[in-house]
Amino acid sequence: MAEHTIKAFDEEMDKLRGLIAEMGGRAESAIENAMLALQRHDKALAAEVVTGDKRIDAIEAEVEKLAIEIIALRAPMANDLRDVIAALKIVGVVERIGDYAKNIAKRVPLVASNQRTQEPIALLPSMGQVAGEMVHDALNAFAARDADLAVAVCKRDTVVDDFYNSVFRTLVTFMVENPKTISECAHLLFIAKNIERIGDHATNVAEMVYYAATGQTLPERERGGTQPLED
Amino acid sequence: MHEPQTLVPATETKMTARDVKVFYGEKQAIKGVSIDVDMDNVTAFIGPSGCGKSTFLRTLNRMNDTVASARVEGTITLDGEDIYAPSMDVVQLRARVGMVFQKPNPFPKSIYENIAYGPRIHGLASSKADLDVIVEKSLRRAGLWEEVKDRLNDSGTALSGGQQQRLCIGRAIAVEPEVILMDEPCSALDPIATAKIEELIHELRGRYAIVIVTHNMQQAARVSQRTAFFHLGELVEYGVTSDIFTNPRQERTKDYITGRYG
Repeated sequence: MAEHTIKAFDEEMDKLRGLIAEMGGRAESAIENAMLALQRHDKALAAEVVTGDKRIDAIEAEVEKLAIEIIALRAPMANDLRDVIAALKIVGVVERIGDYAKNIAKRVPLVASNQRTQEPIALLPSMGQVAGEMVHDALNAFAARDADLAVAVCKRDTVVDDFYNSVFRTLVTFMVENPKTISECAHLLFIAKNIERIGDHATNVAEMVYYAATGQTLPERERGGTQPLED
Repeated sequence: MHEPQTLVPATETKMTARDVKVFYGEKQAIKGVSIDVDMDNVTAFIGPSGCGKSTFLRTLNRMNDTVASARVEGTITLDGEDIYAPSMDVVQLRARVGMVFQKPNPFPKSIYENIAYGPRIHGLASSKADLDVIVEKSLRRAGLWEEVKDRLNDSGTALSGGQQQRLCIGRAIAVEPEVILMDEPCSALDPIATAKIEELIHELRGRYAIVIVTHNMQQAARVSQRTAFFHLGELVEYGVTSDIFTNPRQERTKDYITGRYG
């Protein structure tokens, strides 16, 4: 895209994109590390995820400030305006994604690492991986203004929802058969729900990216599929 | 480009232009513009200097007739009537299609006379009392009455710039026009006077078809419901103002309104 006549405007837009890329990268690693900490029962890594969330929150505040300045001082129009509005909305959503990862990490010490809980814990990492990839792709789509990639992210939400439904049933069955694990499994259920919400939020980001890139809102049928436990 | 752009469903079309071309001697300033002007919407013409927006505006009430080297081709109608037809009375046309200019240009006469002159020569008033009514009504519509009602005999040129411009709008209104053309009406005014003119445009909307040429894109965004972007004598894009400023379809429009123009 051609440069703005006013170069400082380009610099500010680049800075905005840079901050969002950093924020997305941090949210993505938070999810990955939270899942890794869960699998390995690594309390130190879990604690790192919790403290790392502060930086994600700080970036949100920084982007909001910069976006308001750009609107006030540059009066952005057309695709610039859509980019700034999308950036404002995206950071709010990514901040929530960070919170979900933090919540997963906080539950790590509460889920005992023993033979009994190994089986249900093993259900979660692949679900977490899909959600993490959705976050990754949604933010890459923003950086590249890639509407097709955004649509692909939205479509993948059904995979996470299906995972959630399956994990839910498996955990309930497991709890019925092993009542002593109910406390741990309840935490795992919340973790699964958190991952499912991360998928929803990644879908929201992708919808905003689609709007920023095309100026159109995503048609309903292209959005995420069924809600979990809808059937 | 010869077909009118049909992005905008017109509510009630007041003026139509079809394949309008304007030449200044050898130089072609307008290259086949087709557009409809609505009654109910304010239409803004935007574009960089020299894009032809003012030239095109001036074809709508034949102001280009006063330029010896200017030649206009194509068809422009007002309520379906060809305004370039030999039978068209140009003086009458300019009463029906009024114009407000960049620099306020009141007559060097009293405020009262500035408004009364047009109605008097067009025979719109049969008595002094009639004229008084027209003067008050016009000044009220122009949002100036309260400020000048006690000094109608003062010179129009003694008013502030913003008041002078509203006086000129009142003068245009006094002859009961159907269309008001404004050629950068706020470019010589400060922001407060500008806001008053913009509010006035908003109030006049619906009563008159209004077309405004402006260099100030924010002003086009604020006052108009339809925006036309001109570039190098072409009408590049014409659409609903909010669409033009959030999601223009043409690359050239986007580059211009986002500040990426050359």
